[in-house]
Amino acid sequence: MANLLFLPILIPLLAAIASVLLWQRTRAQRAISVAGAAGLLISALAIAERVILHGPLAVQSGNWPAPFGISLVVDTFSAVMLCMTGLMGLLVAVYRLGEEHHSREVFGYHPLYSFLLMGVAGAFSTGDLFNLYVWFEVMLISSFVLLALGGKRPQIEGAFKYVSINLVSSALFLTGLGLTYGLAGTLNMADLALTLPTLNQPGLVTTLGLLFLVAFGIKAALFPLFFWLPASYHTPPVSVTVIFSALLSKVGVYALVRVFTLLFTSQPEVTQAILTWVAGLTMVTGVLGAVTQHEMRRLLSFHVISQIGYMLLGLALFTPLSLAATLYFLVQHICTKSALFMVSGVVRRQAGSFDLREIGGLYRGAPLLSGLFLLAALSLAGIPPLSGFWAKYALVRAGLEGGNYGIVIVALLVGILTLYSMTKIWAEAFWKKHPKGKEATQLTPAAARSLFGPLVVLVALVVVLGLAAGPLYEVATQAANELLNPQLYIRAVLGGS
Amino acid sequence: MTVLLAVVIGLLYTLGFYMLLRRSIVKLIIGLGLLGHAVNLLVFLAGRLTAGVPPVVPLGESALSAPYADPIPQALILTAIVIGFGVQAFAVVLIKRTYEVLGTDDLNQMVSTDREPPPGEDEE
Repeated sequence: MANLLFLPILIPLLAAIASVLLWQRTRAQRAISVAGAAGLLISALAIAERVILHGPLAVQSGNWPAPFGISLVVDTFSAVMLCMTGLMGLLVAVYRLGEEHHSREVFGYHPLYSFLLMGVAGAFSTGDLFNLYVWFEVMLISSFVLLALGGKRPQIEGAFKYVSINLVSSALFLTGLGLTYGLAGTLNMADLALTLPTLNQPGLVTTLGLLFLVAFGIKAALFPLFFWLPASYHTPPVSVTVIFSALLSKVGVYALVRVFTLLFTSQPEVTQAILTWVAGLTMVTGVLGAVTQHEMRRLLSFHVISQIGYMLLGLALFTPLSLAATLYFLVQHICTKSALFMVSGVVRRQAGSFDLREIGGLYRGAPLLSGLFLLAALSLAGIPPLSGFWAKYALVRAGLEGGNYGIVIVALLVGILTLYSMTKIWAEAFWKKHPKGKEATQLTPAAARSLFGPLVVLVALVVVLGLAAGPLYEVATQAANELLNPQLYIRAVLGGS
Repeated sequence: MTVLLAVVIGLLYTLGFYMLLRRSIVKLIIGLGLLGHAVNLLVFLAGRLTAGVPPVVPLGESALSAPYADPIPQALILTAIVIGFGVQAFAVVLIKRTYEVLGTDDLNQMVSTDREPPPGEDEE
């Protein structure tokens, strides 16, 4: 049954191959993208059910016993992330159908989209550090092309910055890998978790950990390594921005959580202090960057950074409650932020621009859109009873229990500034009259269906996760306990006691 | 040999980062290439150098006996080289396209994404 773990990788791979074979038929490719993502979601749900009920699952590829072969391991944390990958993959594939830029599709948009999902699913399910590097590269090269496809001036600039910084990050990651292998003689994460503490070299191990912090920090857009994100996320079509913000930076956060709970725990006083500072500065700089922006997608990109600070804070505090909060935050942030980016795409269609100074009047012209935006924006700012509130509440409580009052104050202030920039979008895009007195453009029924369908699902999730936070919170707590007690994970991979 | 390689790796890292900090995008790509070589050699060295003892199981035996050269770093490097080749080929095409679209290879000129694109610029 553990062979189930191959499905989230195999299904997108098959979808990508099928899309390549049907190169000329964009209509068939669209159907394949949607079907592939749906298959990924179903297989992820099946895995999640087993993992949540029966504990971590592992499978050795090629039946080579760990640590010699490549292990795939899924614990509760990975399982939830896999489900989010499938869900977002499906919703964005549907949203894509309603977008305008169909000329890109003949240049391989669909195969790359499936390859991207495969890379993300692989990164979430691998149990081997080098294999993680390979999945990162699969994901990155697909994202490079998705970003550059179309070749407009801002896009090329954004893609260039994104590609260069990510290549540096990969080089640093590989440096860390090489030194880890030199030190421990293995790259299987479960095996490393057993080997690293026996080396009696906590200083060296921590140094390696910090090398990984920089490498993953670039991918996750942490302070001070985040500049590529607001320079590139607003350039491609909205559907690409949504999938990037939903999954790519989250893979960085996932990798950080994985290595700093499983491998680099020997000197918590050093690593946790650095993580706390980085988390605080990421939150503050992200939200301050957002305040000055007028372009809707750039503003939202800065909020991605600020929110990643919160997720890192959960890791930095390192208690069961804070780690559960990190997972809860990841899930709800994927829903909230994707909804907001999707709204920005519809705003562009209906009001003619992303620039807040040039649009307006959408409250009258598009009441449904306004309502959806309002719910997602309030959730982002952390207003009860929406999902963002519970995520921040758990983090703040974990901070207070640990006596970290300073960082709690920062987190709350950042919440207020978030609310400020959401109010700005609301007032400019929705409440004020359109500066040129233009009425909102109405969408065709087909476009409206595929643009609003995913949006409604996401906002419904934001509301449901807020009103009934219990079940997800329980799963998150279970995931946090697994992260803090890695014996289960190690036993699943290496077997034995 | 180990010391020599260590010095070479250090030099390659230094040169790579120096080139990355230059303003010309061509030099930036060269920097990325140098960095890639530095990393590959580092992985090679981190696996320890064992000369003249290939990891081949002798006829009639079922396992390797020490000393033998560790084959794993070589497998890792092989993978990294292939990936690096693909990614750098893409990067080279991208800088060519960047130069064509923007008409400059000076990174200081590439700041227009910080400004709003002119109306109609991103229309399909």
